[in-house]
Amino acid sequence: MSTPDPARTRPPSRLAEQLVRALCLTAVILPVLLLVGLIVDVTGQASERLSWDFITSFPSRHPDEAGILPGIVGSFWLIAMTGTVALPVGVGAAIYLEEYGGRGRLANLIEVNLANLAGVPSIIYGLLGLELFVRALGMGRSLAAGALAMALLVLPIVIMSSREALRTVPRTLREAGMALGATRWQVIRQVVLPMAMPGILTGAILAIARAIGEAAPLIILGAITYVGFLPDGPGSPFTVLPIQIFNWVSRPQPGFVVDAAAGIVVLLVTLLVLSGAAIYLRHRFERLREG
Amino acid sequence: MVDPSRSSLIRARTTTGERLTERLLLACGLLSVLTTAAIVGVLLLETLEFFSEVSLAQFFGDTQWTPLFADKHFGIWPLVAGTLLTSAIAIAVALPFGLLAAVYLAEFARPGVRRVLKPTLELLAGVPTIVYGYFALVALTPLLQRLIPELAGFNALSPGLAMGIMIIPMISSLSEDAIHAVPRTLREAAYALGASRLQTIFRIVLPTAMSGIAASVVLAVSRAVGETMIVAIAAGQQPRLTADPRVPVETMTAYIVQVGLGDTPTGTLEYRTIFAVGAALFLMTFVINLASQRLARRFRGAYG
Amino acid sequence: MMLSATTDRPPYRTASPDRDMETTANGIKIRAREVHAWYGDNQVLRDITMDIEAQRVTAIIGPSGCGKSTFIRCLNRMHEMITGARVEGSIELEGQDVYAHEVDPVLLRRRVGMVFQKPNPFPTMSIRDNVLAGLRLTRSERRSQGDAIVETALRQAALWEEVQDKLDARGLSLSGGQQQRLCIARALAVEPEVLLMDEPCSSLDPIATARIEDLLHDLCERYTIVIVTHNMQQAARVSQRTAFLLHGELVELADTNALFTSPADSRTEDYITGKFG
Repeated sequence: MSTPDPARTRPPSRLAEQLVRALCLTAVILPVLLLVGLIVDVTGQASERLSWDFITSFPSRHPDEAGILPGIVGSFWLIAMTGTVALPVGVGAAIYLEEYGGRGRLANLIEVNLANLAGVPSIIYGLLGLELFVRALGMGRSLAAGALAMALLVLPIVIMSSREALRTVPRTLREAGMALGATRWQVIRQVVLPMAMPGILTGAILAIARAIGEAAPLIILGAITYVGFLPDGPGSPFTVLPIQIFNWVSRPQPGFVVDAAAGIVVLLVTLLVLSGAAIYLRHRFERLREG
Repeated sequence: MVDPSRSSLIRARTTTGERLTERLLLACGLLSVLTTAAIVGVLLLETLEFFSEVSLAQFFGDTQWTPLFADKHFGIWPLVAGTLLTSAIAIAVALPFGLLAAVYLAEFARPGVRRVLKPTLELLAGVPTIVYGYFALVALTPLLQRLIPELAGFNALSPGLAMGIMIIPMISSLSEDAIHAVPRTLREAAYALGASRLQTIFRIVLPTAMSGIAASVVLAVSRAVGETMIVAIAAGQQPRLTADPRVPVETMTAYIVQVGLGDTPTGTLEYRTIFAVGAALFLMTFVINLASQRLARRFRGAYG
Repeated sequence: MMLSATTDRPPYRTASPDRDMETTANGIKIRAREVHAWYGDNQVLRDITMDIEAQRVTAIIGPSGCGKSTFIRCLNRMHEMITGARVEGSIELEGQDVYAHEVDPVLLRRRVGMVFQKPNPFPTMSIRDNVLAGLRLTRSERRSQGDAIVETALRQAALWEEVQDKLDARGLSLSGGQQQRLCIARALAVEPEVLLMDEPCSSLDPIATARIEDLLHDLCERYTIVIVTHNMQQAARVSQRTAFLLHGELVELADTNALFTSPADSRTEDYITGKFG
């Protein structure tokens, strides 16, 4: 303030910088606070309905008797089947691209295709499943059809995260294996995969988490919203957690909104457990890499 | 001295098992290509059937979408308008928040803070969309109705806002990567010229990262256009050619859900409408994604 | 793989180098003839012709970037693992062209082992499993012999005394020098005939380096050893023959004593007297 020479005065940066910094921080904090507020609100709403009964009952016309058991069981079946299909195929594709593909034309085609596939809206997979699995292959509106569509949906996620994991394995270890006279596959099986496994599993859990929360494609290919029974096999009709919630939230009676809130809490807790597992695995992964 | 069986170097170059494994892995990779082919095939097939009954002129010329009513109209524009309106609202929220958050994470946050805040912010994208739908319908709309009394129970505004919150991390994460990729030497050059921190960030770093940031925004647009459950729950089911965020609208995705929920018999014209709408949606997102990839590639080309 | 091995190359000169070698005590294990190598468009080896004698230590010296690592990676066909890498010329192991079309590089590498610049034990495996890794990977381990193989290999690598009580510990728990000897044991367990060592001591301290140098003396009674080093004293200490590479070309190959005391080529003299490099 006391320096008379204007060329020497510092640009008005201190205050402005602090303001901009605060603004930017707000942009991070505010959405997170909103999310926290939402979760608190939902949990508050759900508290009057959330009980063991809610988890072990079937849906009902009376909001205060309705339960979410078929949704839980359906979701469990669905992700188990989705994982069974998507994980081996996804990891296989990742291995091909990282370990065999090189710069070949086929690898390039797969690469370009994956980038596009990852951006296809989930509901389109519902249309694909409806036409291909439900109708053309005659699976009907079954768990199997839903799981296959869901497997195709999460495949790009599995492939990309597995590739990340494979890329973290140092090239020197592959060379060490090859120099011992092992074939490419022997090195992959016994050196590369064990090292990449926690990373691959982390990605797998993320994919599963995505599949659990996804409702749109399953609605299209015919998951039902009101189920009074439990699925008994891959051919069975089914519902899943988010579809059950969707059903409740779109009903006019306020009682069902409470059911929806309770369903959301169940869904979020499930996801929380899965994320916890993913974080734990990532930690183990990092420990392993550091030795 | 050397075991003669070992001394030979000759064998089938790679054993059959080895070759079979590679083929199998390749097949896994090709499955993703097949998936794309199947999507295109299915959409094309049903859409062609659709257009054998409904003319392109109707589809692109009519301004009403009423295929489920007695008086049928097949003009796609109301659905496109609903989709664009909700997406525009979402981007209007996500762009400033995402960009400022990216600047904070990349330029201001200490590494320890960043390590905590970044994954926390990314949680927003991990919450199932059904939860945002509930949020928009049950919490956001009643809240906004106090501010805007004429806001309908179903409207474009609340789901648009909820969607915006959901895609903030998409913009912030990818933009942050882009900002990170700006070479340190550029920043140092700016500082050496006497630029302040803010001047460096807003005049040097952000413009340099622009194509990378643009790629993230375009990708977020694609995500918003394809988003389904939030709009299906909170935007309504009334196809309407409007830019008014206060009234019920129907997006392309919400329409597909509406038909999917009903018992529309397969093979009927109503059934085929969802494939026609799906094909339009697929094309839209495909073009948007392509644009995003272009931008990202341009950015990587400059600062990869 | 982008490898193009010239199988129908013209017959190479047979005259002098082969004759000369017959006068030496040991036979010739590896013959390299007119070897050229590229990474993409970048030629890193030019016309290398070199004989490597059996049961001897051959050192390859030269400034960094001279192609010495590339050369030994050509000997066990590890060079071709890098995308865009290419080799021409001929390399024979006991008279068999290792780049012939019908040769399986996997079988070659079981006879020509390799130790790398940085110790690289497999992080997920114990010490025991690391030694057996070559046999496990290739499924040729005979269960009952596992322990005997581990002990023999670790003894040969002069590591047995230090680790015999903790064979189940992680390989990564060892010190850098121990890790490198573990990698040597791992390579020996496959019972190769040739051991290629790519600057094996460059990341080790002087004491660990000395242990490995001692080890080479014992190992060359049974194995043919080719060691790449940027350390001329090390080459002088451990090897009987030394090759000097410069800009991808072989400048001189001679008995180590001769090369260091009376180099035939002025460039060699400049290098060993420290005028460049």
